[in-house]
Amino acid sequence: MLNYIKESFSQVFGNPPTRPEKGQQPEELLAIYQAKRGALSKADLEAAHLEHHGTFFRKWQRRRWITLIMVNFLFLVSYKFDVQLLEGAMTASRFVGFHFADLNSALQVMLAYKHVVLNLVIGTTTVFVMWLLLGGRTFCSWACPYHLLSEWAEYLHLWLVDKKVIKNHTFHRKTRSVFYVIFALLAIVTGYTVFETISPTGILSRAIIYGPGVALIWVGVLLLFEVFYSRRAWCRYVCPIGVTYAAVGTLSPLRVVYNAEACHHEGDCRKVCLVPHVLDVTIRGRAHDITQDVSADCTRCGMCVDVCPTDSLNYRFKGLDKLL
Amino acid sequence: MSEETKKVKRVLSKSRIETNRREFIRSAVLTAGVVTFSLAGLLPVVQGSSARLRPPGALKTVFEEQEFFAACIKCGQCVQVCPVNAIKLADLDEGVGIGIPFIDAREQACDFSCDGLQCVLACPTGALTHELNYPADTRMGFARLDQPKSCLAVQGKGFRGQVRGPDYKGLLRYDEIDRWNPIAVADHPYDLELCDLCVRQCPIEIRITQCVEKDRQREQAKREGTLARVAEQHGNECPPKHAIELQPIQSADGITRMLPVVLDGCVGCGVCEMICPVEAAPAIVVDIDKITNWG
Repeated sequence: MLNYIKESFSQVFGNPPTRPEKGQQPEELLAIYQAKRGALSKADLEAAHLEHHGTFFRKWQRRRWITLIMVNFLFLVSYKFDVQLLEGAMTASRFVGFHFADLNSALQVMLAYKHVVLNLVIGTTTVFVMWLLLGGRTFCSWACPYHLLSEWAEYLHLWLVDKKVIKNHTFHRKTRSVFYVIFALLAIVTGYTVFETISPTGILSRAIIYGPGVALIWVGVLLLFEVFYSRRAWCRYVCPIGVTYAAVGTLSPLRVVYNAEACHHEGDCRKVCLVPHVLDVTIRGRAHDITQDVSADCTRCGMCVDVCPTDSLNYRFKGLDKLL
Repeated sequence: MSEETKKVKRVLSKSRIETNRREFIRSAVLTAGVVTFSLAGLLPVVQGSSARLRPPGALKTVFEEQEFFAACIKCGQCVQVCPVNAIKLADLDEGVGIGIPFIDAREQACDFSCDGLQCVLACPTGALTHELNYPADTRMGFARLDQPKSCLAVQGKGFRGQVRGPDYKGLLRYDEIDRWNPIAVADHPYDLELCDLCVRQCPIEIRITQCVEKDRQREQAKREGTLARVAEQHGNECPPKHAIELQPIQSADGITRMLPVVLDGCVGCGVCEMICPVEAAPAIVVDIDKITNWG
């Protein structure tokens, strides 16, 4: 547990995942690696890959898109038809009367305002408990409206890269931590919620509910940047919301768990992942144990669960299997 | 042994070093770019161009609204509860003011037809302070007769027809028509011998009139011994001060002329600015605290 928290924070901060040191890995795991050495030829892997893609059925992706659209749609419906189910926007809302406050927005407000508002404490506690149970960065892939647009932009980006029209440019992953500190400091020093000005999550959520505005141009610029220059740049290298929810995720029992037994180590999962460093564990020789939890930087989007041809990656709610 | 492996790992190929160098520069440029853009959001505030009429109870002083900007979580719950849709959210052109509520009084003023300051109750952060209980407690701004010459009352003129024309979308609550639901101003034509719209529609004045009427009924009931029939009201729901009145102007030509005079009880809700029938520019406007000279 403590190791998981430590390792997660280290990865969220921007460090590469720790590699297992020699002699650390259990014999059984080494035996598994050894048995698979040369067992599958490149052609076999290709075949397994193709077979899986033949029956391609992105179950979790579909569920996630439906959920994300429903959540954002519910805000709109609640307002337009005055049904009062989910009032407000992604930054703060009331769900059937209960206060909900986005953790990062609430944090920015408290840093800028320098007061703790009671309703906000209630709202943040509710949301904290909710995402604690649901996995932390689950917010990113299952609720954030920017995530969905960015995901579509990503397909365009990957297609252009495949056609050799453009090249992907990576940034250093610690950039996001630098941003996190800068935006926290800016809120304290200026007394304004500076990050909120450029947050595509807030902008999009308000645009969906209250109608579009000039601010959507900024969101468009971000999407173009991601399509033509750097894959998923905002979520990977900038957004402090992700960092805040990743911190919650370190304590969450809902995780993606990797099992090395059947894994082909071919890397399909890393190709579809928003935060592929969390799946370094699937590289041959990099797991610490036969089963290992994917770190809290993972958004629990389920893309890897969907694409894995050997069922080596799965959702797990820690402790629930023992209970049942 | 571990020291040895670490040393081995540190040896990077030339191309790898070059890639790392480029990635570092890119990251620095990205950071500088995004931070600069976000800081540009402070410009409209520094220049004061983001000063707007704010919903009741906004945490601000006469001179600045930094606390209000800081405390607002930009969720628009105040927008959603307003029965006359008076509250709008600012866009990116107002920088850090993005998502912060404002009222464009000429388009749609706050007429307090929700009675209980719903926006204040809805605010999850207290950016609209919960210390407010009644409309008369607020001070969003202060009305001022900006164009006395174009004021119909000053000219001694009346008003007939739809205020602001048939296409005007603004809403007001007319108690005598529907106690609970605001209706379109366009659906409520007037026929006034002398224009007194700014006084007639002032929510504070309307409330005072109602209170006076209630008091009169209560007095009468007391005299007749039927006290129980009159609904009790909380004392301080009655605005303590008048907000606006028409004062007669002495003129030699024998025409009755009146001057709208804004009084201490004005809360700056903007209904007078909204309802003023002078087409080109309203004769009476609400000054936002920040630029007003009454403070």
